[in-house]
Amino acid sequence: MAQLKILVVDDEPGIRSGVTRILGNFHMTYPFMDEDYTFKILEAATGEEGIEIIDREMPDILLLDNKLPGIQGVEVLEYVRKKNYDIVVAMITSYASIDVAVRAHNDGAIDFIPKPFTPQELKASIEQITKQQYLRRITHKLKVEGKKVRFQFLSVLSHELKAPLNAIDGYLKMMQERQMGESVDDYTSAIERSLQRIESMRNLIMDLLDFTKVSFEKQIEKMQNVNLRELVSMAVVTVSPYAIHKDIHFVTDIRGCETIWADPNDFEIIMNNLVSNAVKYNNTGGTVTITVDCNDNEFSISVADTGIGINAADKDMLFEAFSRIKNDKTRNISGSGLGLSIVRKVVELYHGVINVESIPDRGSVFTVIIPTLQVTNIKTEL
Amino acid sequence: MSSKIYTVLLADDDPDYLFQVAFFLRRAGYEVVAVESQAEAEQVIAKIKPDIAVFDLMMESDDSGFVLCYKLKRRYPDVPVILATAVSRETGITFGLNSGQDRDWIRADLYLEKGVRPEQLELEIKKLLKI
Repeated sequence: MAQLKILVVDDEPGIRSGVTRILGNFHMTYPFMDEDYTFKILEAATGEEGIEIIDREMPDILLLDNKLPGIQGVEVLEYVRKKNYDIVVAMITSYASIDVAVRAHNDGAIDFIPKPFTPQELKASIEQITKQQYLRRITHKLKVEGKKVRFQFLSVLSHELKAPLNAIDGYLKMMQERQMGESVDDYTSAIERSLQRIESMRNLIMDLLDFTKVSFEKQIEKMQNVNLRELVSMAVVTVSPYAIHKDIHFVTDIRGCETIWADPNDFEIIMNNLVSNAVKYNNTGGTVTITVDCNDNEFSISVADTGIGINAADKDMLFEAFSRIKNDKTRNISGSGLGLSIVRKVVELYHGVINVESIPDRGSVFTVIIPTLQVTNIKTEL
Repeated sequence: MSSKIYTVLLADDDPDYLFQVAFFLRRAGYEVVAVESQAEAEQVIAKIKPDIAVFDLMMESDDSGFVLCYKLKRRYPDVPVILATAVSRETGITFGLNSGQDRDWIRADLYLEKGVRPEQLELEIKKLLKI
């Protein structure tokens, strides 16, 4: 149960006590709100007194008469706006002439309650105002949280970039101080590890570039017919050095259509990430099956592996930026933790969905489904 | 260093940092048990009592280091613990062990920035072991 404070500024005692009586035991619920709202009514007879109470009590809602003995209602409204207070203001007045209304509206009054009002009218207005106030605060909260998410992203990113530098730095110092011996052969593993850390850092930077490309650089002129057969074979070729090393066998099945209308970069990102994951998290001698299918309504890519699989509990975090499932099986596999979050971003750009089915130690199937119509129409939407 | 050989339990999920610190400490004459995860560290704690422990904060989960501090201190209240993490420099989130309240929930004796050079780490270890 949440309580909102309403301040009534009106020189007529009857209006003030009326509002207190009507709203004092009023409470409202909405399905989209977390909790019920009740109201605490504060009263002021003049604008000056009103400002004093505003500064002290910080009400959520202000019901303001314009015609007041000292300073006018509109001036109280201006004061609230200048101070940038998070207060929703409604004017209650029988003198709502057009220019007062315009001035008040420009200053951010969101509602007018004509005097005299019935209890029903007042309650309806308050409901409306409360809803607005609630939405405003939620929007504000989301904006702040958005900043927080970006901040977390950047801090994790800087950690991910620094860790390999520290590791390489450490190995170089060991060499400089000849800690492991005089011969270069004594440093074979240190050099090998340094090169691996550089490689993973390079991958992270490439992924980051993809990540920013997806968010900002969407250009209409990049849309073209993408040959699906080429797309698949490119992805297989890209990953083949690693695949040969792990003795991975590929099966591809392209049916339905030969091309899709899209930005080829986007579909390279999707395909390359899914195929390289399928190799990376596969067992030696395993199989990767790539199926591309389309019909009148949707287009799908599915990539299945015969690898380590994913626990049901870990599935949810799979598509979050920088989330990597850490366990004994993934320990020696390097990754930026960005790949799948990028894939999801791209897929969502095409109004599609990505999902995963997996059995631990048996393998995973990642499936991307994109509505065909959206693919054709995306040109106009971007 | 005295004739006693001290055992250091080292947990960090960066295999290179782990290797480098372990290498340095072994060269300096310590017995080092190096593990890459919270789970392994817990197994070690169940079997042996180290003379000192150095934990990374974020391993399998974001608070692995805190959990390990807590478990180690519950079993061996007298074993000093160093918590090494990159948290504060990169996120601006700071916590130290200066206030009693912090000491209450962070059961580490010392909190260090991650990326600390092995030489510095050894100095801190010596201080805590009073050698």
